[in-house]
Amino acid sequence: MKSIFKSALLAIVAVSFLTSCNNSSKKSGALTSNAAERVYVAPGEHDEFYAFVSGGFSGQLSVYGLPSGRLFKVIPVFSVDAEKAYGFNEETKPMLNTSFGFVPWDDSHHPDISQTAGELDGRWVFINGNNTPRIAKIDLTTFETTEIIEIPNSAGNHSSSYVTENTEYVVAGTRFAVPVPQRDMPISEYKGNFKGALTFLKVDPEDGKMNISFQILMPGFDYDKAHPGRGDSHGWFFFTTYNSEEANSLLEVNASQNDKDFIAAVNWKVIEEYVNNGGGTKMPANYAHNVYDENTHSATSTMMKEVLTINPSDVPGAIYFLPTPKSPHGCDVSPTGEYIVGSGKLSADVTVHSFTKMIKAIKEKKFDGDAYGIPILNYEAILAGSVKSGGLGPLHTEFDGKGNAYTTFFISSEVVKWKLGTWEVIDRKPTYYSVGHLMIPGGNSRKPEGKYLLAMNKITKDRYLPTGPEVTQSAQLYDITGEKMELLLDFPTIGEPHYAAGISADIIKKNSKKLYKLEENKHPYVAKSEAEAKVVRKGNEVHISMTMIRSHFAPDNIEGIKVGDKVFFHVTNLEQDYDVPHGVSMIGANTSELLIMPGQTETFIWEPKQVGVWPFYCTDFCSALHQEMQGYVRVSAKGSKVPITFTLDGDAVDAE
Amino acid sequence: MKKSKLLMIIGSLLLLGLFVFPLWNITLEAPQYPIPLGMDIHINKFSDTHEFDVKNINLMNHYVGMQYIPETIPEFKLFPWAIIIMVVLGVTIGFFGNYKLFLVWLIVMSVLGVVGMYDFYLWEYDYGHNLNPKAIMKFTNPDGSAMGFQPPLFGTKHILNFTAHSYPRLGAFMLFIGMSLTFLAYFKGLKESKQ
Repeated sequence: MKSIFKSALLAIVAVSFLTSCNNSSKKSGALTSNAAERVYVAPGEHDEFYAFVSGGFSGQLSVYGLPSGRLFKVIPVFSVDAEKAYGFNEETKPMLNTSFGFVPWDDSHHPDISQTAGELDGRWVFINGNNTPRIAKIDLTTFETTEIIEIPNSAGNHSSSYVTENTEYVVAGTRFAVPVPQRDMPISEYKGNFKGALTFLKVDPEDGKMNISFQILMPGFDYDKAHPGRGDSHGWFFFTTYNSEEANSLLEVNASQNDKDFIAAVNWKVIEEYVNNGGGTKMPANYAHNVYDENTHSATSTMMKEVLTINPSDVPGAIYFLPTPKSPHGCDVSPTGEYIVGSGKLSADVTVHSFTKMIKAIKEKKFDGDAYGIPILNYEAILAGSVKSGGLGPLHTEFDGKGNAYTTFFISSEVVKWKLGTWEVIDRKPTYYSVGHLMIPGGNSRKPEGKYLLAMNKITKDRYLPTGPEVTQSAQLYDITGEKMELLLDFPTIGEPHYAAGISADIIKKNSKKLYKLEENKHPYVAKSEAEAKVVRKGNEVHISMTMIRSHFAPDNIEGIKVGDKVFFHVTNLEQDYDVPHGVSMIGANTSELLIMPGQTETFIWEPKQVGVWPFYCTDFCSALHQEMQGYVRVSAKGSKVPITFTLDGDAVDAE
Repeated sequence: MKKSKLLMIIGSLLLLGLFVFPLWNITLEAPQYPIPLGMDIHINKFSDTHEFDVKNINLMNHYVGMQYIPETIPEFKLFPWAIIIMVVLGVTIGFFGNYKLFLVWLIVMSVLGVVGMYDFYLWEYDYGHNLNPKAIMKFTNPDGSAMGFQPPLFGTKHILNFTAHSYPRLGAFMLFIGMSLTFLAYFKGLKESKQ
C-alpha cells in the first residue's frame, strides 16, 4: 500500500516536472504568458530604453522607461509649466517668445533623436510645435529645452522635426499652405497662389545650435510627414503630401478626390550646393530664435529678419514627385534606405517605392507630366511593391532591422507586421484603440533595436478606470523578438502621444548631469555664497539676490519693501549635491513657484499690493528641516521711510 | 651596492608616495547616499572622493552641530617637511650610513607615525565632540551625556543614519611597505656585517 502510494506520488512529481519543462520551453501561449515578468523592472533597477514621447496638445515631451512604461519626467518645451516655472520665471520667458509675442502653448508632435552615421547618438532630441510653427531642441545631458526657433512662412509645422543621417539638418515642413509672404487676399484664390514651405535648419555639429539654412517654396499642397534617406539614399528627404487638389474648404471631401497624391523627394545635397554657390532669394521675414544658456541659466530671444527661399524650378534635378495612392500620411524609410513606405490613409494597402528604381526612373526620364514644374515620376516605374494588408487606414511604419516592417492601421485599429521585399503579412495584433504612431527604438535609423514596439493610441474608451468624459491617453508595448508580436503592457501617457523616439538607456544615462556647478554660474544676479547675498533698490525696482541651502534662505528677513515696488527674487541654490533642488514661492505673487536645481539661479517677480509682513517658503521638501525653510518680507506703505535691511539670524548677510 | 643599502634607499623613497596618493579615507554611507560621501586625507590636504563631497559632509554635519572641516590645518604644513626630511635622511643613510642607523631611522619614523596618528585622533575627537551648543539636533547617550560623532580612527562605526568607514589608502600602504623595507634593510645589514 505504502509503495503504491509512493510510486503514485513519484509519477505525479515526474509528470508535473515534465509538463513544467514543456511549458517553460515554449516562448508564448496563453498558459505560459509571463508578460508581467517581462515588463517588470525590479525596484532600484533601471529600464533598458528611454522613450521620448510627444505630449501632443500639452505641448511638452514626456520621458518614459521601457519596458516598464514608467514616467520619469515631463520636459516643458512649448507650453508653460508652473511646476518647473518654465515660461513663468524671468529666465525662461524668452523661450516662448515668437513673432506673435509670448505664446504659452503649442501642440508638440514628432520627437527625433540626433544621429551620427545613421545611428542614434543621444545628444539632443528635437521636437516640432505644430500650431505656431517652431522647432525645439532638448539637451539630453540636462533634459532641458535649450533652443527654440520659429519657422517663418509656415503654418501647421507638421512634417517635422526629423533629422538627417548625421544631424546635418532638421526639417520643418508646413502642413498648411499659406500666402508667402503673408498678405490680405481672398481665400478662394488659394489654388496656384499659396505655397508650402519646406524648411531646412542647419545643426552645428559641435554645440547643436540651429539656424534656418533655406526654405523651399513648394506648391500649395499639405505636407504631412517626412523622413530622411539613409545609406544609399542619404542626401534625400521624403515628404508625403495630401490635398494636391489644393482645396481650401471642406478638405475632408475636396482633398480626397485625387486617386494619388505625392511623396516629394527632395535632394537636399543638390540644394545645399546651389545655396553654397549663392543660389536662392533672400526674403524679409520676422521670426524668433530663442536660446537658453546653461551658464547664465537664462534664455535670450532674437528676432531674425531674413530667410533664404528657394524656388524649386530654379534648381532642376533637386525635387521629384512620387505618385502615392490615397492621401498618404506616414512616410518612412527602411534601415538600408532602399524602401520609401507611403501609407495611404484612406487605403487598405501600403505603398512601397524603391529608391533604386526612383533613381533609374529619373535617369530614364520616366515622367508623367509635372506639377508646377516639378517632374512627376511614373508610378509603375518606381513601385517596389504594395502590402495587401487586409487592414484599413495605414498610418505609420517602423522597422526592426531584421527585414520586417510594422505598420499601424488607424481605422482597423491594429499593428501589422510584414516582410520587406516579399510584402507578405506575417502577423497582426489589435490595438486599443485606433493607433496613430508606433515606435521601435532606433526604428527610423540605420540600426533599429527590434526588441519592443510602442503603439500610441488615439482612443482608450474602456481600457482604464474612467475619469469622467476625458479619459487617459495611452500607449501599448509589444514584444517583437519572436515571429508573432505579443502585447505586454498598456500604460497611460500625457496627451496626446503622437510620435516617440526610443534609444538604449546606456547611450544617454552616462551623460546625464547631476548638478550645475556653482563656480560656472554666470547669472547676472547670482550670489555664490551667503556673503554675496544682497538687496538693492533701483527706483521702485528691488533686486534681491538670495541664496538657499539646507535649510534656510539668506537673507530670510527683508525690510524696506513698499507697496508699488517691483520686487525681483533672484534665488541661487548653493547646494552642490545630487538631487537637492529647492523651491521658493511668495504669498500672493502672480506667478508660479521656482524650482531651482543645485548651482542654478532663477528669478520671479513679486509686486506687493498690501502692507504687512509676508512669508515665503521652500516648496520642495529638501531636508528634515524643510518646514523651517521660510522667511518674511516686511511691506510698508508707499512713501514710507523704512530703510532696506536684509538679515539672517539677526545679522546682515553681506557683512560676514 | 649592498642589498641592505638598496633596501634602505628604496624603503625611504617609497615615502614619497604620500605626495601622490592619499594617506587615509573616511567614507560615510547613508540611505540617501547610494554613492557614499567620502573624504581623502593626504599629508597636505583634504580632498573629495567625488566632487563636492567635503562640502556635503559639512552640510550633513551641521545638523548635529559639528564644525566644518577646515580648508587646511597646521599639520598640512608640517607633515610634508617631516616626510621630505625623513626621505633625505633615509637615502643619505642608505648611501653612506651604518646599518645600525637604519634602525634608528625606523624608530624615529615610527615615533613620528604614532605622533601623527595621535594628532589625528585628537582632531577627530574635537571634531566629533566640540559641538555647537545651538545644534539643530541634539542626541544623548543612554547615560544622558551628549552623544559624540567622532569617526573611527580605524575601522567601521555606525553613527546615527551613517555608517562611517575609516581606512588607510595607498599612501599609507606605501609608507608601511617602505618602513618594512628599512627594517629588512637593518637585518640584511646585520647579516652582511657578520659575513
